[in-house]
Amino acid sequence: MDQFAVKVFVRLRPSVLDPAGEATKSASIKLGAEGIKSLRIGKMIEVKIEGNGENEVREKIDLLCDRLFANTVIEDYEYSLEKL
Amino acid sequence: MDDFTVGIVVFPGSNCDRDVSWALEGCLDIRTKYLWHESSDLSDVDAIVLPGGFSYGDYLRCGAIARFSLLINALEEFVKSGKRVLGICNGFQILTESGFLPGALTANKNLNFICDDVELDIVSSKGGWFNDGSEKQTIKLPIAHGEGRYYCDSDTLKKLVDNELIALRYKNNPNGSSFDIAGITNKKGNVLGLMPHPERACDEIIGGTDGLFTLKSLILK
Repeated sequence: MDQFAVKVFVRLRPSVLDPAGEATKSASIKLGAEGIKSLRIGKMIEVKIEGNGENEVREKIDLLCDRLFANTVIEDYEYSLEKL
Repeated sequence: MDDFTVGIVVFPGSNCDRDVSWALEGCLDIRTKYLWHESSDLSDVDAIVLPGGFSYGDYLRCGAIARFSLLINALEEFVKSGKRVLGICNGFQILTESGFLPGALTANKNLNFICDDVELDIVSSKGGWFNDGSEKQTIKLPIAHGEGRYYCDSDTLKKLVDNELIALRYKNNPNGSSFDIAGITNKKGNVLGLMPHPERACDEIIGGTDGLFTLKSLILK
């Protein structure tokens, strides 16, 4: 069995308003940071998982992302995978 | 009809379960039974309410964890059989997360947790949830949510409109919901999800009775 470290990034789809991102952008400007054109907040999920090779692990992670980690009505996801 | 029983689903974090029971039993004389989310036996209930609250602490997304409970798995057959399911607030979120209703509910546009009475237009009486036979096309119900902004893509919105699945729209959209949507039904009409709380509007002494009809309609066949 191989073990992998997976980092999943879940983001609101571009068409979905991100009020928390907007509020943070507003605070960033108040802090004095200049030039911020856009600020959006997502989630990062770290998973350690084992399986028979990368393909099998990718299948499991795809299922998790599609059915649980993200709500694909409003969110997109991507992930990176590193063999341990 | 005397033995008609409404099941009220209880998740860890549900907090409107007792209010729903009070409204059904105390105001409408309809028998209720609490259903722990780990139960998958729905054989002795005739309709189901998914009450408001914060199931699983709203972890990940509102309703995202609850949809994997044994009870929600058993709900598909129940819904297929035509029996009625009402999802209020967190219950509505669970119904969208689990795919019984289209779209999703996400953070209010202004990020506030909004606790207020809102005016609602009855758009469709599909399923008979709101058609009280009177001329009244506007009702007033309380809302209490931080993540009640209904979102769907334009194709889904068209389907909702074309199939008359939009049950309620806010008169003054409080949370940024697409098309002012406050509640929708499935195509058959036997599943209703809404953000407002009908169970909190069942007695004049607490500010109104506009929620009575919707709860009473749980006993419709």
